[in-house]
Formats: sequence, structure tokens, C-alpha cells
Amino acid sequence: MRHGKYPFIIGFLVVPVALYTIFVVWAYIQAFYLSVYEWSGLGPLENFVGLGNFRKLWDDNLFWQSLRHNLFLLILLPLITIVIALVFAFLLNVGGGHRGGVTRGVWGSKAYRIIFFFPQLLALAIIAVIFGRVFGPDKSGMINGLFPDSWTPWLFLADERWAMACILIVLIWQAVGFYVVLFSAGMGSISTDIYEAAALDGASRVTLFFRITVPLLWSTIQVSWVYLGIAAFDAFALVNIMTVDRGGPNGASSVLSLMIYRNAFEFSQAGYASALGVVLFFLTLTFAALTLRVTRREAVEA
Amino acid sequence: MTDIFTKPELDRRTLLRRAAAVGLLATPAVGMLSACVGSSDDTKQEQATGTKSADNPLGIDPKAGVEIVIFNGGLGTAYATDVDTPLFNKKWPDAKITYSATEQISTVVQPRINAGNAPDMINNSGSNLMDMGAIVKAGQAADLTDLFAAPSLDIPGKTVADTLVPGAIEQGTYNGKPYAVNYSFTVFGLWYNKKLFEKNNWTPPTTWAEFTALCDKIKAAGITPFGYAGANASYYMVRAVMTSAAKIGTEQVLKDIDNLKPGAWQNDAIKQAAQAWGEIGNKYINKTFLGLKHTEVQLQQDQDKVAFYPCGSWLENEQAKDTPPGFEYAVCAYPSVTTSDKLPATAINAAAGEIYFAAAKGKNPQGGKEYLRTMLSKEAALGFTKLTKSLTVVAGASDGVTISPGLTSANDVLTKAGKDVFMGYLFDTWYKKLDDESRAAANDLMFKGGDAKKFCDRMEAASQAVAKDSSITKFTRS
Repeated sequence: MRHGKYPFIIGFLVVPVALYTIFVVWAYIQAFYLSVYEWSGLGPLENFVGLGNFRKLWDDNLFWQSLRHNLFLLILLPLITIVIALVFAFLLNVGGGHRGGVTRGVWGSKAYRIIFFFPQLLALAIIAVIFGRVFGPDKSGMINGLFPDSWTPWLFLADERWAMACILIVLIWQAVGFYVVLFSAGMGSISTDIYEAAALDGASRVTLFFRITVPLLWSTIQVSWVYLGIAAFDAFALVNIMTVDRGGPNGASSVLSLMIYRNAFEFSQAGYASALGVVLFFLTLTFAALTLRVTRREAVEA
Repeated sequence: MTDIFTKPELDRRTLLRRAAAVGLLATPAVGMLSACVGSSDDTKQEQATGTKSADNPLGIDPKAGVEIVIFNGGLGTAYATDVDTPLFNKKWPDAKITYSATEQISTVVQPRINAGNAPDMINNSGSNLMDMGAIVKAGQAADLTDLFAAPSLDIPGKTVADTLVPGAIEQGTYNGKPYAVNYSFTVFGLWYNKKLFEKNNWTPPTTWAEFTALCDKIKAAGITPFGYAGANASYYMVRAVMTSAAKIGTEQVLKDIDNLKPGAWQNDAIKQAAQAWGEIGNKYINKTFLGLKHTEVQLQQDQDKVAFYPCGSWLENEQAKDTPPGFEYAVCAYPSVTTSDKLPATAINAAAGEIYFAAAKGKNPQGGKEYLRTMLSKEAALGFTKLTKSLTVVAGASDGVTISPGLTSANDVLTKAGKDVFMGYLFDTWYKKLDDESRAAANDLMFKGGDAKKFCDRMEAASQAVAKDSSITKFTRS
């Protein structure tokens, strides 16, 4: 048996590793390489500028503005999504109490489970168009349309103060379903004995949630946090499709990924875009490492 | 200029598809592009040539194939497949045309250019167009001097250059040499519903006082007097402000802006124009338009909810399927802002757009140019106008042919303007970043209080930032 182990493993790995190397790792290395050049995206690389692109970045107001928006998403998106998803998952799985020795979800939980997952089935671009209509700034918008004619319509995305909040709401709406399913699966693996024992001791639902469900799901939550954080660093599709003047008004909804795209493909500043990409790469990496470090706890075996 | 024509035609599907793809790939994609960089300078493409003669002024190889890529947008592709290609093959039956169309020119063509495998003739248009300045700088576009000097295909005794409207070649000229054919010809102005205006006895204004008086009347009738879409078409508004500025202080004002001259944006003409338009924004615009897309505002105009809309002559064709029977598009020149405007009230901004170029490092650059010569024939131009309801830069190609009310109206305005037709500005295609800033500034001006000074100062700062940025290729015009 033993002599066949390595060829077997290598056989499995060679294709994915090759694809990953060519299309991800190599592309990243290229981005690092390009970030020290002044390059339009066409023709040969000539102008080596060292850290010049990064210096320019430091002075770019839009960069800081975009970074703030990404941080806004980074803090709120995981937090709100995970809280909502946990509550829903708890209600779907445990919230109904237990009868006949089986814990169960609230009435109709099977149907809810499917409904919650629906947004996940739609492509993000489609969601962006739909919510573009929901947030329509005049009477034809879904929300403004609910109000009587005398109502001065909310501008939503056309209002600098609320544009980012609109994006956040859509991101949460879209993500919650997936994490409900993820957490449900996690809860399914928690032994019902534990719940029963706790319930016999007179624990309320709230106690069950905080004392049993959350600790036992901790590693799942931790991973979710990283995933959602990475999603918060992206948000490209929504911003590109939904917002006024793409990233506007006045940069009020600009994010780093949009800046990268526009610089690379519209402003012919591929070098600068690569520098932005490098910054984003490190931000994402730092965030993931920090999250895993900060949230490390003793693993509790279920 | 090109994006003025094609952005409105960007359909949702294109946008979505691209957005979705890019969302996934943004960072790595920049790297992928470069994967092809190295190869571009080493390889020497073998290029097809033939013997020059009176019948073959560009010296093409009659048997070599020509590959063309057409942008599939609002103008469609039928003009290429049903008019240009058959016409080309009538003259050169043995030259096989390889045709393809795409909605994403940059995504499809840019990697091929970098790989040294460019198509011969490229229609560089749409919101995903390649930066023409960068292409020229990289030596990827063929010099078209010989094309413009060649005899016209079907107008005897004239060179191709002679057959074009004034300014047509200038617009495809980069630092003194022509590299691009801007094919379609667009008349810009204030578009309105002729029938609605006749019914209410409203006459298109020629002075600013008339304009505001009419806006008051229109407002009293329960119609929004003026509107444009802030979400994705604020550059229509930029053009309105710039046109007014040029009428106040001649096209020189715009030339200074294009040349990034210090203080160009703080010129009195720009200030007055911004001031006048800012007041229109304060009084007559619907504030919700800031969040609307061009299709939505244009639809409102078709429903007679908006009276004046600043746009180019593609509007009629773009709205063809939404225009009700009681609606007839017409255009008027922007009214004079002051009584001392240097250009008359009839002066208009009309410009060539929709870039076509021959790849310098393709297999058959001369073939690509010959295809362009075919497009610039009178027959092809008329065919194009009939199919797309857009005029072309071939002067008078559709004279005497009635095609649509909007086009007739555009032709009238053009005739009335006489020699006072100016090409406008190029900073929006030359410096995309400045273009971007101007859109945001125009939205601010029109929807957030009409502060003309803020508009000028902001644009001046952006313009000087571009001037100082060594990574941006600079262009000049005179």
C-alpha cells in the first residue's frame, strides 16, 4: 500500500495546484511586479518608479475615502450578518423547544430555511439591479412608492450620507441565507443530549443560545467572520452597478475594488491599479490573520 | 467623444456580465493582462502588402484576408455585415473578411494587441473601449495619413480627406498625425418633443431670458422643464455647460481646457456658463434625477414629463421603441447665455465620434485601412445613416434623403449654424480621470445648490493634478 501513496496524492493535487499557481499565485506576483512600474496597460513596461505608485496612493483622497468605506463594511457586514444568521439558525433548529425528546425549530422552519436561502441563488449583479429599483429615488422606486404622493422621496443612493448604508443592507440581505444554512449545519452536529440536559436544568432559550450554541459553533463563526470580511473588501459588483456615477455621488460609495477596476481598465493606470491591488492583498491578509488570532479560543468538543 | 455615443447604448446585460466577472477577478486580472506584455515588442509580424496603383492606392494584397472587430452597441452591426463588407468584397472579391462583434472591445481586443495578434480593423467603442491615446503611444495604431490622402472610393476627383466634414480628421489626430477615423457625426443640443411644444405654443429659446421664461411656463404646466440623468449620464450635462462656455468665449475656452492650461477652468466663460446652468438646476430640475439612469429620464421625456433634455442626435434612434406616436423629436441649439456671447445663438457643438482604427502590428494593416476607405465612401455612409439614423462624417452623404424627424431637425440646426459649428472638447477621452471629476462636479452643480465657483475651482484642481501626473500621457490641440 505504502509505496503508492505519493503518486496517489500528487495525482490529486497536480491539476488544482497548477491552475491555482497560474491563475492566482502568478497573477498576484505579476501584480506586485507591475505595482512598481508606471504602466498604462498597453505596450512594454518601461518606467520603473519604485514606490512611486504607493506614494501617489498615500496622497490620493479617494483612496482614503474608499478605504474608510471598506472598513465601514468590514466592521458592520460580518457583525450584523452573523448576528441575524445565528438568531435565524437558532430559531430554525432549536427555537421551537423540544417535544418527544427531539429539539426542533419554530413552526414552518423548513419553509423558512428555503426562503432564507433564495437570495444566495441569485447572481450578485441581478440583486444589484433589483435593489437599484428598490432604492429608486423617485416614486417609481419600491420603497418611495409605498408612501403617499405628498411624500418627498428619499434619495437613497443619490444621498451622500446614505449611499454606503444602502450597499451594506444589500450585502447583508444577500449573505444572511448562506450563513443561516452554514450555522444550521453546525447546530445539527451539536448533540441534542446537551440541549436536553441543559433544558432539564431549567435553562431558558436565551441561555441555551449563549451558553451552548454559540460556544459550540465558535469555529464556524470564526470562519464566517473571515469570509464576510473578505466579501467586505470586495463589494465591487454592487457598487459598480447600483451607485450614482459609479462610486458617487462625490466618491461617497467608492470602494477599493472599484478603484482598481477603474484605474486599470478606464484610466489606463494599470501600474497604479496594481499598487492598489497590492495594498488590498495585504489588508485582506492582515485582516484574516488578525481575526483568527483575536477570536482564538479553546476549542470545545461537541 | 466616443463614449458620448456609446455609453447610453450600454445595455444592462453587458454591464452585469462584466461586473460579475470583474468582481471576481479584479486583482489578478491586472496581472493577467501583463502576462502578454513581454511578447509584444519582440515579435515581428509578417504583414501583407501589394503593389500600389491608381486602383489600389493603399497597396493592399488583393488576396490577403482582413479581420475586423465591430462593437455591438446601439448602432448595431448590420452596417458592417450588410453594407461595408459586401461593398469591400465587390471591389476585392478575393480578400476574405473575417468578422466578429463584441460588446467588450477592451476585454476582447486588448490582450490580442498585447500578444502581437491584433485584428486589422477595430471599432474601438462602447463603455469598455480602450484608451485610444495609450494605443497610439504604444505604437499599436496605424498612421492613417495615406488613407486620408487616397482618392475617395466613389466621389470622383476627391481625396478621402476632401469628402469629410470639417474637424473630422482633427478628432482622430494625436500629436499631429491621424490615427483614428471618427465615423459617426453627432449634433448636440437641447432635445424636445416638437408636437408638445406646438400644442402649447412654446417656441425653442434663443436667449437665456427666453429659456428661463419658457421654463417657468413649462413648470406651471406641471412638466419638469429640464432634466438629465445623474446616475450614469452626467457627462451630457458636462457637455451642456462646456457648450455654453464655448458660445460665451469661443472654442478657445475649450481648447485651453484640453491643453490643461493653468486657469483654464477658472475662465470667466466657464464661470458664467456654470452660474447660468446652476440656476437652472436650482429652479427647474427634478432632484430625484440624480439617482436615475439615462434610460429612466429619457423615458420620462417620452412620456412628456420632462421638456428639455441635453443630448446628442443618437437619442431618437435609442428611444425608437419607447417613443409614442404623439412624440416627434426635435433639437435646438443651446440659447445664448449673455448678450455679449462671442458666438451667435445658432452656434452648435457637433462632433465626430465612434472610433475605428487599423492596427499597426496586425497581419494586414493596409487591408484594414482599405476597409476604412470603403466605410468612408458615400454609398457606405448613406447605408450607415439609413440603418442607424446617425449622420456620418462623410459630408452630405444623406442630403435629400428623408430618414426621420429628429435627423431632419439635426440637419436643419446644422445648416442654420453654418460655419459656427465647433468640435467641442477632447479632455474627456484624453484624460479619463478628469472626465470622471467633471461628471461628479456637474452633478454637484446641478443638484446641490449651483455653486459655480466651487465647480470651477474643483475642476481647476483636478486639471492641474492631471497636468502634474507624469504617468498620464499628455496631448495637445490647437
